Amino acid sequence: MPIKTDAIGKEWPATTYQVGREKIKEYARALGIENPVHFDVEAARAAGFRDLVAPPMFAVVYSGPAMAPAILDPEVGINFATMVHGGQEFEWGEPACSGDEITTTAKCTEIYEKDGKGFYVFESVSDNQNGDRVVRAVWTNIVRGV
Amino acid sequence: MADLNVGDKVDELSVTPGKYQPHIYAGASGDFNPIHIDPEFAKMVGLPSNILHGLYSMGLVARANAAVAGGDPRALKRLSVQFRGMGMPEQEIVVSGTVKSVDGDRVIIDTVATQGEAAIIKNAEAEVQL
Repeated sequence: MPIKTDAIGKEWPATTYQVGREKIKEYARALGIENPVHFDVEAARAAGFRDLVAPPMFAVVYSGPAMAPAILDPEVGINFATMVHGGQEFEWGEPACSGDEITTTAKCTEIYEKDGKGFYVFESVSDNQNGDRVVRAVWTNIVRGV
Repeated sequence: MADLNVGDKVDELSVTPGKYQPHIYAGASGDFNPIHIDPEFAKMVGLPSNILHGLYSMGLVARANAAVAGGDPRALKRLSVQFRGMGMPEQEIVVSGTVKSVDGDRVIIDTVATQGEAAIIKNAEAEVQL
């Protein structure tokens, strides 16, 4: 049975995430990052940031909530039992700082079959309260045995 | 800042995630998929035990590449990775990178994360501004 591709081009409602200091610290600690710009407001300001700055991969925290409904959408039809996270790309712009409100929208850009596997590709874009692009992300999920 | 040329190796990052690292990362990231935090569930779906989050391993790849520019979070402009294999807690992860190209103050670094013989992240490409 050919893979269902109806969801290509579908977009999901935007989600907004408010970045907080303690969450930045928690995330930096979980990755073993020690740069004081993630822990000490004065150090962050001295380095030119508005407030504590998030490590780049904090992008998963603020953009993840927009991705969940996309991946779970029955119209996309991902079989979770055999799904793996195949690839990930982030392209960063303006840094994410404590106090920012970051709005993310997700879209399905590609669904295709290759070597008996289904590839489901989503793009998300995240902008801050000033309209600056914070991150663009490409999320690739692979489903075995479609 | 480091003067980098094509073919140069960047500083390796070695981290041995603890037994509860997946739980710590689950809390930090909000990803509570049971394959990461519940060894029994993980075994039930055919995994050896609970496995690391791919995005945690990618986080280490990001950390190693930002370190090339002194850890400045603004330095990492782009990172794309392919997840391969599974990362396991309590085994050393080694992140190593090689400079692929240099264009002014922008360098592209090919990066791989391995556990023993297995690549858990490969074809990782980082763009770093020095």
